[in-house]
Amino acid sequence: MNAVQYLWLVPLLPLLGAVLLIVAGRNMSKPIIASIGAGSVGLSALTVIVIGVAFLSNPDVYEISVWQWIAVGNLTPSIELHLDALSLMFIFVITFVGFLIHLYSVEFMGEDSGYARFFACLNLFVCSMLLLVLAGNLVLLYLGWEGVGLCSYLLIGFWYEDPKNGYAARKAFIITRVGDTAMLIGLFLLFATFNSLDIETILSAAPSRWEQGSSIATVAALLLLGGAAGKSAQLPLQNWLPDAMAGPTPVSALIHAATMVTAGVYLIARMNVLFELSPVAMTTVGVVGAVTLLIAGFSAMTQTDLKRVLAYSTISQIGYMFLALGVGAWSAAIFHFFTHAFFKALLFLGAGAIIEALHHEHNIFRMGGLRKQLPIVFITFLAGAASLAALPLVTSGFYSKDMILWYAWAGEKGSGLLFIAGLVGALVTALYTTRLVIVTFFGYANTRVSKRPGWRMTMPLGVLAALSVVVGFLEVPHNFWHAQLISGFLGGVLPAAVIDSGIEAYEWALQLLAAVVTLGGIFIGYFVYMATPGLHELVKKKFPTLHQLMYDGWGFDALYTLLFVKPVTWLARASRGDVIDGIYTGIAWVAIAANRAIATTQNGVMRWYVLGIVVGALLIITLGILV
Amino acid sequence: MNAIPIEYGLILAGILFMLGMVSVLIRRNIIFMLISVEIMLNAAGLAFIVAGSKWTQADGQIMFIFILTMAAAEVSVGLALILQIYHQLKTLDTDAANRMKG
Repeated sequence: MNAVQYLWLVPLLPLLGAVLLIVAGRNMSKPIIASIGAGSVGLSALTVIVIGVAFLSNPDVYEISVWQWIAVGNLTPSIELHLDALSLMFIFVITFVGFLIHLYSVEFMGEDSGYARFFACLNLFVCSMLLLVLAGNLVLLYLGWEGVGLCSYLLIGFWYEDPKNGYAARKAFIITRVGDTAMLIGLFLLFATFNSLDIETILSAAPSRWEQGSSIATVAALLLLGGAAGKSAQLPLQNWLPDAMAGPTPVSALIHAATMVTAGVYLIARMNVLFELSPVAMTTVGVVGAVTLLIAGFSAMTQTDLKRVLAYSTISQIGYMFLALGVGAWSAAIFHFFTHAFFKALLFLGAGAIIEALHHEHNIFRMGGLRKQLPIVFITFLAGAASLAALPLVTSGFYSKDMILWYAWAGEKGSGLLFIAGLVGALVTALYTTRLVIVTFFGYANTRVSKRPGWRMTMPLGVLAALSVVVGFLEVPHNFWHAQLISGFLGGVLPAAVIDSGIEAYEWALQLLAAVVTLGGIFIGYFVYMATPGLHELVKKKFPTLHQLMYDGWGFDALYTLLFVKPVTWLARASRGDVIDGIYTGIAWVAIAANRAIATTQNGVMRWYVLGIVVGALLIITLGILV
Repeated sequence: MNAIPIEYGLILAGILFMLGMVSVLIRRNIIFMLISVEIMLNAAGLAFIVAGSKWTQADGQIMFIFILTMAAAEVSVGLALILQIYHQLKTLDTDAANRMKG
């Protein structure tokens, strides 16, 4: 064995940081807290790099069993880490982007009184997320899965003094819980069939146990999809993510953009054999992705809160990943996750710097003119936005999105409808990204900048900006250059996408089309928001209902309130004064009355107590004589 | 020695015990209560001695030594408590020490 055997250090270091900060964080000074919080993740990232180098020289599947966790009958999950190309990519993003965001938070959260609590939760999150992607069995994966859910809840409600934030945290927790329950039932089903929850065992046994297209495989895959949709904010469980922006901005960057929300993508990619067995489930994944990316993209166009625009765009981009998964382009989905992690983390961190500089102003229409006042933020934000909009040739987002579109069109499982949805999504993405950049950075300065970010905030911005341009060149289209590093890297783990024969020749046409659509979106954005002032107000007035619908995220919140929240609260209110309650109230009442009666004998006069003893003694003696 | 019947000794012990008990009940001064408890202890001790002489066993006397030791310990703790009570309440009336009543 080589450096890979130290894999257990990777999740352990952030865990130690979290424990240390929870136990003793209260008494530490801020520099110490910061060095523990950021340092543990930094060391973990270094370990990942060392392991990554060792892995690259000898790519294989490594299983590292740490200890036996549970042993009940057939259920014997152990704490077992599983490293292959897929999990390596995820742990690299988690620790590396995580470290940059920790570094950013050192300054961003500098004034906050909950400094130690913040870093403790963030470290615990990194640990859980690493466990999730390194887990060798589904029980450990589920532990990480719930761990990240918990940390997400804690961090969305980080500023718990405001009841609104607590509400957002509960909403996120409960909605993802719906998905988690589906996933748990899926795990039970898998265990009932395979008598094991080891991922390797299930994946190797599934094709022989279940026929291609059998209904039980479909049910299992759809249940897992339920879990994935909850965590990754996909239809119909997508409406928690915009509210999750109540948390501090670094949290939005790390948890609700770069890592946790892509856990669903990881789960589906990891269980790819299971999904391949069921064409129905695959189609469902693709359709869910396509519909989600469209509705979220349209919602993003109408938002006025900077962070909510980015939140909807995250939902939309994860929709692209699901679309790729659904057409069997596994590597494309992971590649888009990879690029998205960098540019979306960058956009959120930039948004945090802007909001901080403008006295916590979130409304983009009260910003404007920041191009000159915050030049570093502007340049880095522009790099991220170009990547999000998939500006042709120079940005990573172009290459990853182009790959998805290509497989949606040319892939064996792809279809014209999915491709068109992706293309319309690309137009919308370019449009709302342009709108965001123009409204925020150009025009008149509506709010004065009060403070400028320091190096610990600009450094992560710079690194992420460089990466969101560069990582795209790891995987360029076949007809450009022979450099398919990502899909080659993942080839051993994920099956390659199958494309229809004789279609390769049209790849140029598709790339041209995608580029034209993107540039068209950018041009429309420029035309509406910059070239003709007042036009967007006019459009908004013309379609007030549609605008309101898109602004509210297509009314899902209202629908769920009507369908689920109202009946449950009604039921709770109706069953408040029932008979069973009466019994318990009665017991409590009797206990209170008896307590009052007996309490009067404790009157504080010592001679009463002596008399009590004497009478008691006499009683016992009398009884002794009589009996 | 055998001339004194055992009943006399036991009756004396009983009278002493009743005296002590009644004065614990009616006295309010805590020092008097402590003295009364001593009387009750000695009454019990006397009963042991009488019973020991009746059966010509040393056990009664051994028990008395125990009672004596216990009484000494009890007095030392009791006096310390009395000092504290006086220090805190500026009175020896036990009825004043009722701060912890329900």
